[in-house]
Amino acid sequence: MRIDDFEQLRSEDLSTLPSAERRKFLKLGLAVTGIYLGGSVLSLTSVQNAYGSGGVVPEVGKYPYNPHYTMVIREKLCIDCERCKDACVKTNHVPAYGFRTTILEKRRSLSGDKFETTFMPVLCNHCNRPPCVRVCPTTATWKDEKTGIVVMNPARCIGCKTCMTACPYNARYFKEEERAVDKCDFCLLSRLSKGETTTACADACPADVRVFGDIADPASRVFKLVHSPETMVWVLRPETGAIPNIFYINS
Amino acid sequence: MNNLLAGILPQEGGLVATGSGKYNIAMGILALLSVVGVAAGVHSLYVGHEHTFGVSRGVPWGILIAAYVFFVVTSTGLCIVSAVGHVFGFKNFNPIAKRAVFLSIATIVAGFLVIAFEIENSWRMPVGNVIGANPTSNIWWMGTLYGAYLFFMMIEFVMLQKEQHKIATAFGLAGLLTGIVAHSNLGAVFGLLNGREFWHGPYMPIYFITSAAMSGCVAIIFFTYIAYRFNGWKMSEEMKKSLEGVAKLGALMMAVIIFFTSWKMITGITGNPPGKYEAMQLLLTGSYAPNFWLGEVLLGMVIPFVVIMAVKGRNMNALFIASLAGMIGIFFMRYDLVIVGQLVPAFHGMGLVDYPDLLTYAPSLHENLVVLGGVAFCGLIFLMGEKLFRGHISEDH
Repeated sequence: MRIDDFEQLRSEDLSTLPSAERRKFLKLGLAVTGIYLGGSVLSLTSVQNAYGSGGVVPEVGKYPYNPHYTMVIREKLCIDCERCKDACVKTNHVPAYGFRTTILEKRRSLSGDKFETTFMPVLCNHCNRPPCVRVCPTTATWKDEKTGIVVMNPARCIGCKTCMTACPYNARYFKEEERAVDKCDFCLLSRLSKGETTTACADACPADVRVFGDIADPASRVFKLVHSPETMVWVLRPETGAIPNIFYINS
Repeated sequence: MNNLLAGILPQEGGLVATGSGKYNIAMGILALLSVVGVAAGVHSLYVGHEHTFGVSRGVPWGILIAAYVFFVVTSTGLCIVSAVGHVFGFKNFNPIAKRAVFLSIATIVAGFLVIAFEIENSWRMPVGNVIGANPTSNIWWMGTLYGAYLFFMMIEFVMLQKEQHKIATAFGLAGLLTGIVAHSNLGAVFGLLNGREFWHGPYMPIYFITSAAMSGCVAIIFFTYIAYRFNGWKMSEEMKKSLEGVAKLGALMMAVIIFFTSWKMITGITGNPPGKYEAMQLLLTGSYAPNFWLGEVLLGMVIPFVVIMAVKGRNMNALFIASLAGMIGIFFMRYDLVIVGQLVPAFHGMGLVDYPDLLTYAPSLHENLVVLGGVAFCGLIFLMGEKLFRGHISEDH
């Protein structure tokens, strides 16, 4: 290009920028800065406790429900007579294809060919941070504020089965007769609300394996069992963070 | 009403659909299959899913959920692909945009049809979602946002037909944002479940979005090619260049998915992570190995990627083969994800006797028919759209 052509070209430096463009650019910069500033200020304000389960935030050693129903299971005494299962089926009209509680068999190898069998009753753990409650889109299930029981409202259930997928314990099943998901409710509808003080399974057990009670009451048997020294107390699948409320002990 | 429709349905210009014989036969078959699918679904609703579906207490989500995920992922992907042109202004993507928007509506409607028969009491959902809204539930977010997404996409399509491009772009952006959030929540439905180690982690939402972009690219090539072939139209140079761009974007997304899948494989088996290891081994060496290696890897990732890169996105027939393989492979990806994640039972690794190491699932006839019905319904809407909207031709804007 020749020097004359250069002089004809439009200047590309900032001196030709109209002030309206400069103002627009500055406004954009101020807007972006303002957003960042506002966001930073907002992020400094403290956040309310975020509820995952839409209820009481669980703390170690605290039993916030009144009564805080729980069941302590003394595994070593179970003989797999299945009277608890029969009682549950009869009391709560559980269909043959499903179960609210069942008994699993554990086997531990000892020296040589010997092995030790332990029967492990399982049921809904009425978790303190229930994954099923978190995922239900229509709030058809929730943890009752009074008793800590994770209850079902069958009329609201849309049958998406996300709660069944979310439960780490396979505690839920779809009940055709009600067209809704069903699970153990600690016999709330069938017994507790009618004045009884225990569940059907705890009542039926001949070996005193299932101990039902209010763990918020220091005088209750369940409280004493869970808090006795030199007793191993465990829960199933603690790594899922569901904070289950059914305790297994080895006494 | 007529005036309203006249503004939306183009009366002239564009491409004219093929003659009535072939079209009617195709529509007839698709309509029949759709009706059969709906009938299978209604029958299942009536007699109860226990008797007609292969799902069980341990595996509550089956092929219907996989098909729903497939449709919804494809729909979000088509929205993303159309947004690249409309919302983000990449002019090369404009020729495919209208068809992509239309198909995103068609696929999501087909997805809703399939899920309506999957959940047991679907009629309770509109009421329950409102009065019992649970903001911690990813299903709630997904359901609510996909409803909004469908609304935005429909308005966008109408505005595109009426050539009101500014409004169309606004609704396109709204649709894109709600689609991305809804779709990430669908990933989170799986990823936030602590008890399912195969799914748990932050990657499900990310994988779903990337997978959506891949599916969208593959789907638009697939449907565009079929539309042009079926009706005997000839692709313009712009359309060919556009498909070339889409194919290359698709190949990029495939590369990301290949990378993701490789690391998912490695993290699944390294150190035998409990719960995850058994599921991953099922896919790599167990009964789902053919699904994984032939379906997911070969058909879904390797063949489309290699073919697209080999022709540099230029040969339309090759692109169709790639997209056909891709669509089938992507369905395998959804199926494997949904099913294998549930096959590890709750009390795995506890030394239980008479307890399955792995659960099993096989789709029943009813489920397969409903899926077929959903696919046929999507095809039906697609063909109707080609005829009504005269090949979705748009002038550059």
